[in-house]
Amino acid sequence: MAFTLYSLLQAALLCVNAIAVLHEERFLKNIGWGTDQGIGGFGEEPGIKSQLMNLIRSVRTVMRVPLIIVNSVTIVLLLLFG
Amino acid sequence: MHPAGLAAAGTPRLRKWPSKRRVPMSQPGMADPHQLFDDTSSAHSRGYGAQRAPGNLGYPATSASPQAAFLTNPVSDMAVAYGSSLAAQGKELVDKNIDRFIPVSKLKYYFAVDTVYVGKKLGLLIFPYLHQDWEVQYQQDTPVAPRFDVNAPDLYIPVSLSPPAMAFITYVLVAGLALGTQDRFSPDLLGLQASSALAWLTVEVLAILLSLYLVTVNTDLTTIDLVAFLGYKYVGMIGGVLMGLLFGKIGYYLVLGWCCMSIFVFMIRTLRLKILSEAAAEGVPVRGARNQLRMYLTMAVAAAQPLLMYWLTFHLVR
Repeated sequence: MAFTLYSLLQAALLCVNAIAVLHEERFLKNIGWGTDQGIGGFGEEPGIKSQLMNLIRSVRTVMRVPLIIVNSVTIVLLLLFG
Repeated sequence: MHPAGLAAAGTPRLRKWPSKRRVPMSQPGMADPHQLFDDTSSAHSRGYGAQRAPGNLGYPATSASPQAAFLTNPVSDMAVAYGSSLAAQGKELVDKNIDRFIPVSKLKYYFAVDTVYVGKKLGLLIFPYLHQDWEVQYQQDTPVAPRFDVNAPDLYIPVSLSPPAMAFITYVLVAGLALGTQDRFSPDLLGLQASSALAWLTVEVLAILLSLYLVTVNTDLTTIDLVAFLGYKYVGMIGGVLMGLLFGKIGYYLVLGWCCMSIFVFMIRTLRLKILSEAAAEGVPVRGARNQLRMYLTMAVAAAQPLLMYWLTFHLVR
């Protein structure tokens, strides 16, 4: 039960990394989750799938640069302090 | 006497060489002021201390002036004044910027409670089965602070952060108590328990926010509301752990089972208003994928509460 805030941060970093490495062209299009395949009509019901696709795309766009920084810092800290 | 002595001793002290020059002059007289220091009252010694302190700044080992003498120096006066002005500036800066990060005025609404309200809320948490009216009472379009409306005949359920905050801290302390009775206590375990519970709370909030986003629910459920709702289960956990301490495992399971049921019902009734549409909240089961999904979401959130209650406390009761 040693579930500390630090392990939460590590888990969050790993999850965001996992979302960021999903490649648009090679992977998401092949399983039908590309961003140009999802935008349905202008109805009020976006649906879970299109919400998820929007979420993935926005996470990839927004977190690309901060992820570089945070990953580098984490790698250096883990190398130094284990 | 005092300021005059300070004024005379103040100016040369700022430069190094006059203090060196003063030391040989005071060396022959060192024995006398030293003895006078020990014998006389504080007024005399402060006068002597002010005159000797300039010489002592560069040579701390030469004599033993009392610590109070340093406070009477002009430099320490300046330091104190500078420090206090710095503190005032810092306080101004913090006050200006704190509202950008933490909505302080909004938070004050969540903590405006009194003991009667807390008593009612706790009663409702433990026994929510008979309560009829679950709407939030509004006053000119903003929710009423709990303090003002205690005597209303039909009860209301405003959200306040005060019971969950108190419950959280009490849970950490009770966990420490439980560990202590089993001889497993150490002070860092307390911080570990606190941060563990906080981490679980964060995970829950994030998971619920994510699922709310995915289901595109247009609610007025703010993050703080969610934190408050999730914090209510700590009340049940505290009850369970205390009963477990007093009566062993049987008492723990009994009270925990009761509180789990209560929290389940409480959560469903509270979240039904916020998440589901108005038609469904009246009790009429509305067909449609969207409402069904929302019902499942409410059920899932409510069901996760007892699970977490058990998960966070079973290792405390042996």
